[in-house]
Amino acid sequence: MTQLRERGAAATAAAPRSTACAHCGLPVPADLVDPAGGESFCCNGCRTVYATLRDLGLDGYYGVRDALRGRSEVEPARTSGNDYAVFDRESFTASNVAPLPGGLAQVEFLLEGVHCPACVWLVERLPRAQDGVVEARLRLSDAVARVIYDPTRAKPSDVARSLDRIGYPPHPVSGTERREVDRRADRARLVRLGVAGACAGNVMLLAFALYAGRENGMEHAYQQFFRWTSLVIAAISFLWPGREFFRGALAALRTRTGNLDVPISLALLAGGVAGTINTVRGSGEIYFDSLSVLVFLLLVGRYVQQRQQRYARDAVDLTRSLVPISCRVRRGDASVEVAVSELEPGDLVEVASGGLVPADGEVVEGEALVDQALLTGESEPVRVTVGDTVHAGTRSDGAPLLVRATAVGPNSRVGRLMEIVERGLAEKPPILRLTDRIAGWFVLVLSILATGTFAVWWSAAGLGPAVEHTVALLIVACPCALGLATPLTLAVAVGRAARRGLLVKDAAARAARARCRGRARQDGHTDERATGTAEWVGTRARSSSSPRSSRDRTTPRKALCAVSTRRRATSPRSRRSTTEASRVASARGASPSVHRATSRSADRRGGPVSKAERGARGGGQHRRRGRGGRAAPVVAVAALLDRPRADAASSIEGLRRAGFATEILSGDAAGPVRRVASLLGFAEDDARGGVDPEGKLQRVRTLRARGESIVMVGDGVNDAAALAAADVGIAVHGGAETSLAAADVFASKPGLEPLLDLVALARRTLLTIRLNLGLSLGYNLVVGLLAMTGHVDALVAAIVMPISSATVLTVALGSLSRPLRRERPRTRVVARVGAAEEMSVPCP
Amino acid sequence: MSVIFVVVPVAFVLAGLFLWGFLWSVKKGQYDDLDSPAVRAVFDDEDRVDVRAPQSEVDEARRD
Repeated sequence: MTQLRERGAAATAAAPRSTACAHCGLPVPADLVDPAGGESFCCNGCRTVYATLRDLGLDGYYGVRDALRGRSEVEPARTSGNDYAVFDRESFTASNVAPLPGGLAQVEFLLEGVHCPACVWLVERLPRAQDGVVEARLRLSDAVARVIYDPTRAKPSDVARSLDRIGYPPHPVSGTERREVDRRADRARLVRLGVAGACAGNVMLLAFALYAGRENGMEHAYQQFFRWTSLVIAAISFLWPGREFFRGALAALRTRTGNLDVPISLALLAGGVAGTINTVRGSGEIYFDSLSVLVFLLLVGRYVQQRQQRYARDAVDLTRSLVPISCRVRRGDASVEVAVSELEPGDLVEVASGGLVPADGEVVEGEALVDQALLTGESEPVRVTVGDTVHAGTRSDGAPLLVRATAVGPNSRVGRLMEIVERGLAEKPPILRLTDRIAGWFVLVLSILATGTFAVWWSAAGLGPAVEHTVALLIVACPCALGLATPLTLAVAVGRAARRGLLVKDAAARAARARCRGRARQDGHTDERATGTAEWVGTRARSSSSPRSSRDRTTPRKALCAVSTRRRATSPRSRRSTTEASRVASARGASPSVHRATSRSADRRGGPVSKAERGARGGGQHRRRGRGGRAAPVVAVAALLDRPRADAASSIEGLRRAGFATEILSGDAAGPVRRVASLLGFAEDDARGGVDPEGKLQRVRTLRARGESIVMVGDGVNDAAALAAADVGIAVHGGAETSLAAADVFASKPGLEPLLDLVALARRTLLTIRLNLGLSLGYNLVVGLLAMTGHVDALVAAIVMPISSATVLTVALGSLSRPLRRERPRTRVVARVGAAEEMSVPCP
Repeated sequence: MSVIFVVVPVAFVLAGLFLWGFLWSVKKGQYDDLDSPAVRAVFDDEDRVDVRAPQSEVDEARRD
């Protein structure tokens, strides 16, 4: 009896303790606690692992774990710990949650940390992790997860928290509407392509019968049957998928410009009308076979190009916003999470250490170092304390700050800069596509030739032959090869660039860029500018998805080295900087011994910094040798942080060898800029420090006004306006969202080396396009001459046209698939700094 | 009346069916994502165990 009572008491006493999960030790939710007093689990994952270990006789693990507990803490899964309450707000749900039939709802999130197929598996097991989730689908190509859930059992924030818990912090998907529009347009193009293909195939079958019958004397009734059938199918092809060309041609005529649609429409119209008349008359050539194949091939080219570019645009769109979506605001004594868009001037905003400042404001509590690099280009963090002003989009390091918001949204400094960017984009002249410029001349020459042919044949042989030969000329002169080869070449090039981490938003940018290059070669003039972009050597993980997380992984010692490195750039201030560095280090919880790792010792150790520096110096010498007598430098740009990246010197040297003049435009102070410039071998005049965003824009405009083509490379908000104004704007890895919006090309890999790839690829692409241009124009000339002299009939046209298309396609694919010869740096000075940290983040 | 007047229209009807099938699949979104489905095919089928079932039941089922 006593025993029994004791046991009961023990059970009651044990109850609170047993609510820790038997596997992971985390608290078990009340409804999952085993009422019988056995082991309880916080989740089924733990239950499964526990059961598996026990079944395999491996449950000794728990003993070992308990013995070690307290000595080594097991790292929890990398979760952000955010409660995502902001996803339940109207501001998010209105545009991101779609109701589905059956009372379900669908929400899309952009997931951080999606790397490999295993992520698809894990994310799609979400229904097991979260009650109320019916289905989860992850698109690997853009890391967007579509989750279908039951709104009565789960909220968007629950879904977000579960995703976070399994290691994929979710973010709102930006540009949803544009993507939806693009997706529909993509499907519509695919439909047109399918219809055009089906029509072309069937008309060709009929054409075989007709051509064969012409040799063997087919009965007239059968001929007419085939003609009429061809007419009907070709009409479908012309009026449905082919409408696109007529529409494009009309638009071009209205604006009195030329594009390829004009000669294509001309061929379709001439061939279609002549073919219809001949069908009705019951004699003569019908051209439906050649023309419907033409429609199909041209649509294939355009489809492939547009699809490639859509991928690139989506990838850029999906780059995670660097501005937080929500922030904590102090209301009375409590702090509540609100969406940044709901902030109002006067709100007291809490900014955590390492957090982004969501609005312009005045510090009312706390003291920290604020990193303004993205906003102003200044590499040195600024100390702020009570009464100082901080700006939206800057990052605070150190103690938490309390900021009274003074300007939010469009009124903040970032907002005003965005306005400049938008104005700059609006002012940017559209780049005239190479083929469109040619198309204008093409149409002109073609109309003259056609009129001449018609007149000559009419006076010599009468109306019938005149019509026949003119139509033949118009059809064979149709720039099919050109219209097919250029988009395909661009598509292949854009695809190749994407594989190298260069996302090209607009292929026209590439054409322009390549054009710059051509000019540079011709007159020895240099066109472009490159950057001396700098990053923290060794402290930023290469493929980390967010600067914050990589910084968090940085050990205090490394952070200190990095900070002291920065300081070293301005030696007069080094004493103060050491103190500051120590303060930062202590804010990060570093041990006292770390404090002694000052800049000098970092240098002596021959650590990453000095290695990189030696490399940079080596590069500088090369440049002095290589540069010789180059005139007229142009533009350039750079977001200059602290120390040049390890590959900066060699990459810039490569750019110079490729014929670019380079220049640094930096918002950083003149001192550090000059120092980096000398490391990278810039002439003193080519390195401008202390340039504000407007100044950068002005510089780009000045150079453009001189007729130079400018390539601007930048990463910060402060570069965005100039990026938008340059002929080609390239935003580099780790940059702010704004600069991505303004740029034509986005380098998703860090460093400047991708630029060299881009240059090489652009040249190759342009060369290929030119080659194909020559081939197809030559073909048009020869066959056009034959047509004018009356040697081309429908059969010859039907055979020659696909052959010419095949030729240019072979050239396009062949030329672009050969490995690129690019200006390799002569010496690989790149120090493999902190290679371990730079390895990509493993899959959660 | 030759058989050709029958066979050719039949051929077109067949072609039309295939075209319709293609258009249907496009509209169903089967061409929207060409990467993930290839990956998804290699995953094991969902195991149908009710994840909320008490562990004891699973254990019993295993012992049987």
